Amino acid sequence: MLPSLPQSRFVLWSYRAYISLFLVYLAAPLLVTAVFAFNDALYPALPWKGFTLAWFFNDTEPKLGLFHDPNLMRGIANSAIVACCTTALSLIVGTTTAFLFERYEFRFKEFFYMLMLAPLVIPGVILGISILVFSSSIANGVEDRFGIELEALRPGLVLVVLGQFSFIATIATLVISARLRKFDRSLEEAALNLGGSPLEVIRTITLPYLRPALIGSAVVALLISFENFNTTLMLVGSDPPLTITMYDRMREGSTPVINAVSLFLMIGSGLLGLISVMAQRDRTAEKSP
Amino acid sequence: MAFPDGSLPMPYDLECRDVVKQFGGFTAVDRISLQIPPGTFFSILGPSGCGKTTLLRMVAGFGEPTSGDILIKGQSVVQTPPNKRPVNMVFQHLALFPMMTVAENIAYGLRRRKTSKDEIKRRIADVLARIGLPDAGNRRIDQLSGGQKQRIAIARCMVLEPTVLLLDEPLGALDLKLREHMKVELKQLQSQFDTTFVYITHDQSEALVMSDQVAVMNAGKFEQVGTPQELYYSPKTAFVAGFVGDSNRWRGRVVEADATGVKVATDSGTLLTGIAADGGRLMVGAAVEIFVRPESIAIRRPGETPPVGVPSHNQQTGLLDDLLFNGANSRALVRTGKGEIVSVALPQAEAARHLQEGTEISMGFGSAQCLCFPLSPARAEPADTVP
Amino acid sequence: MTARDRRKLTFFLLLTPLLLWVGLLVVIPHIDLFLLSIREKIAPRHYVTSLANYADFFGEPVYVMTLVRTVVMSLLATAITLLVGFPVAYYIAKIAQGRARIALFMTCLLPFWVSEIVRVFGWMILLRETGVLSNFLQWAGLVQGPVEFLYNDAAVMLGLVYTSMLFVVVPLVSTIDSLDNAIVEAGYDLGGNGFVVLKEIVIPHAMPGIVAGSIVVFMLSLGNYLTPTLLGGKSSLWFTSHIYSQFITRFNWELGSAFGFVLLVASSAIVWLALRLSGQSLSTTIGRG
Repeated sequence: MLPSLPQSRFVLWSYRAYISLFLVYLAAPLLVTAVFAFNDALYPALPWKGFTLAWFFNDTEPKLGLFHDPNLMRGIANSAIVACCTTALSLIVGTTTAFLFERYEFRFKEFFYMLMLAPLVIPGVILGISILVFSSSIANGVEDRFGIELEALRPGLVLVVLGQFSFIATIATLVISARLRKFDRSLEEAALNLGGSPLEVIRTITLPYLRPALIGSAVVALLISFENFNTTLMLVGSDPPLTITMYDRMREGSTPVINAVSLFLMIGSGLLGLISVMAQRDRTAEKSP
Repeated sequence: MAFPDGSLPMPYDLECRDVVKQFGGFTAVDRISLQIPPGTFFSILGPSGCGKTTLLRMVAGFGEPTSGDILIKGQSVVQTPPNKRPVNMVFQHLALFPMMTVAENIAYGLRRRKTSKDEIKRRIADVLARIGLPDAGNRRIDQLSGGQKQRIAIARCMVLEPTVLLLDEPLGALDLKLREHMKVELKQLQSQFDTTFVYITHDQSEALVMSDQVAVMNAGKFEQVGTPQELYYSPKTAFVAGFVGDSNRWRGRVVEADATGVKVATDSGTLLTGIAADGGRLMVGAAVEIFVRPESIAIRRPGETPPVGVPSHNQQTGLLDDLLFNGANSRALVRTGKGEIVSVALPQAEAARHLQEGTEISMGFGSAQCLCFPLSPARAEPADTVP
Repeated sequence: MTARDRRKLTFFLLLTPLLLWVGLLVVIPHIDLFLLSIREKIAPRHYVTSLANYADFFGEPVYVMTLVRTVVMSLLATAITLLVGFPVAYYIAKIAQGRARIALFMTCLLPFWVSEIVRVFGWMILLRETGVLSNFLQWAGLVQGPVEFLYNDAAVMLGLVYTSMLFVVVPLVSTIDSLDNAIVEAGYDLGGNGFVVLKEIVIPHAMPGIVAGSIVVFMLSLGNYLTPTLLGGKSSLWFTSHIYSQFITRFNWELGSAFGFVLLVASSAIVWLALRLSGQSLSTTIGRG
């Protein structure tokens, strides 16, 4: 059970075999998807018909590559816009809420904390339909009363952003709060003592300290937003993000361009994760002389 | 000689024979042998990194010796896993189970032996009474104080009636007063339970106060094994002389040597008469390290007659440089004409009241208290002379 | 402005984003959802308050059975994920050392940096009739013709466990890591073996992580739409697909809202029960996660 305890070789090697099997289980679907992105066949299936990059770069039917497929590119663009907006909103609200819960005492604080955590325990589908119902009732009411059509409140990218934001903000709050809790407040007091205004102190001392958590939340928010399906499905309008586009394609049966998209997403997520890890590591490396 | 039934008496509860432990190229434990008779309190004293923890953990079963044997009551236990050895260990940070109550902690080992529930209850009550915490059974670990946790950790092991109890520097986390109190308590617990205790520490006062025998360990080897008095008054190596108790320390060279002792000249030029403490012969011209205990130096004002019986081999005069008042442990720092600082223990607290900086002081100590050791290359780094 | 006033102002400034977020995107939408669910359409544009939708739900055996089935399969998925993931988390936390440990941990995170849709797609390529597994078995001579491994409960379970693994392994690694090795050694020293130490020391210590992970996995499985629908096909009978069809295809929002609320109540009830049984609360498990 520990390296310092005697262990029978059989047990140890069985354990290692189990872990290896587990890793195969984790990697198999991803590997297979990536490999078939290069198969020169019309379906993402065996037999293997040779290696090709057509599914990325080709610009003629029937082998339309990812970078020339207007639907897919639009889907990527929509996803990117939604992800950036959701992330920006979540970071702002996450930071203010983190400060609120870590620095202030007020009545019903526990109750509000529960409310803040609630989006994590409500299924994504329900978050989606509740916002859909609410926005529709407002839009209908306004249309009936004033004859104005509020496009933004109809199924579309604005609602998708709001739907994703509703629970991603919770995640951002938790991540930032965890970091804020470890902050030594005597540093702020020292800064005030040396003549900084409260706002300056927050800006120059506290926020830099929070940077790893902010970067971490931003990366997590971007990834979750990009890959979100359940909530998005309920709120999507005529301009779908990438996941919905892929879903439609997959149901209809698709060429390996879907594999190309998947590989593209894998690499993108991997890069994002790498940036996040490096950005957070640099900070700690700077700190130790 | 054998008993009437033919069995042989087994004199040692714990025995190590040439135990070696290597990690890659590094030798942590270098051919350690020891024999511990039953019912004794044995300490292993040494600085951090000397290998004492590694040795203790091997006795407990956490880590296999590279070579050598470990025997408990005459039986080799090297192949026995830790949960089957008749030894128990009090870990450095006690390792009490935070997810269980005090009673559950103590019951843990008994339950592994399939002891009946009633018997377990009885034993828990019994051991809690013995350590003076009869009502602690239902408390959670985080509700206990440092001293209470210590006693519970020991009780948890003692209910299992181990042949040997191992203690890994257990007093380190306690504050000074509590530590002093626990030293006495541990000694009492050991004789009360009449179990063999093996105690490791870097604090020489703990080792001296509690132990029947002490082994001083350095860089994986035992430098000396003996009673606290033997280590204190007759250290066999320079390391032991410097590690156990306080000493004035000087470097110098041998000027004369014969069967009764040596004359040495310190680096500052003072001539002293001493003995070769490791029992060997020192050659003229050899580099030596000289140790003199502060309490073996007698002081008086010049002009006062020296008390009868005070040794007079090594006489020096100097000026009082500083007075370190610490109640019964007060010291006077005297600067000799050659510029050396000598630390002298003040025998009576009242003596400290009347001394002032700049007073002339006469000092003297016997040659038997001036211990000289050959200076090994490993020890030839700059050393403090004032303890 | 006095310091006191400034502090009060800051407090309200920090409170406002939280109130807007939680109020407008969580609380009111769910109230609206409930209100919609108790509406019955008697005639065009003529609504009355009634529990007819709920009556429809309980009256139709298919709906109730689907919900029960979804709950049971989600519980099963939770149990399986825990069983599979716990040894992995333990290995990473206590047995793996140095570089291997970091590498192993990162590899476990890998599948979660890509979208669920990519993961499901990968499983489809592996398991479907024309997929890798079927082809491999044919090539090895173990079967005569193509074998369909999709569109059954096992495939759904495989997919759910795969998707949930991260949420069990990550909290457990940090929880198990916080267990002092000396305590495990003490467990051995006092006579225990591997099983005993696991049962009496490791698992009780890891309980908050286990409960947190279980809640998250259960919620994710219950509210999952993609994995059961794509891997299970028509026979999947997952409750979220009913919600989806009522909202998107049948446009019966009233019934859909009722379904949504039933799902919400069911999942909340089970989560509450689990928290009570294990003696934890929402803030001790997810709040600190």
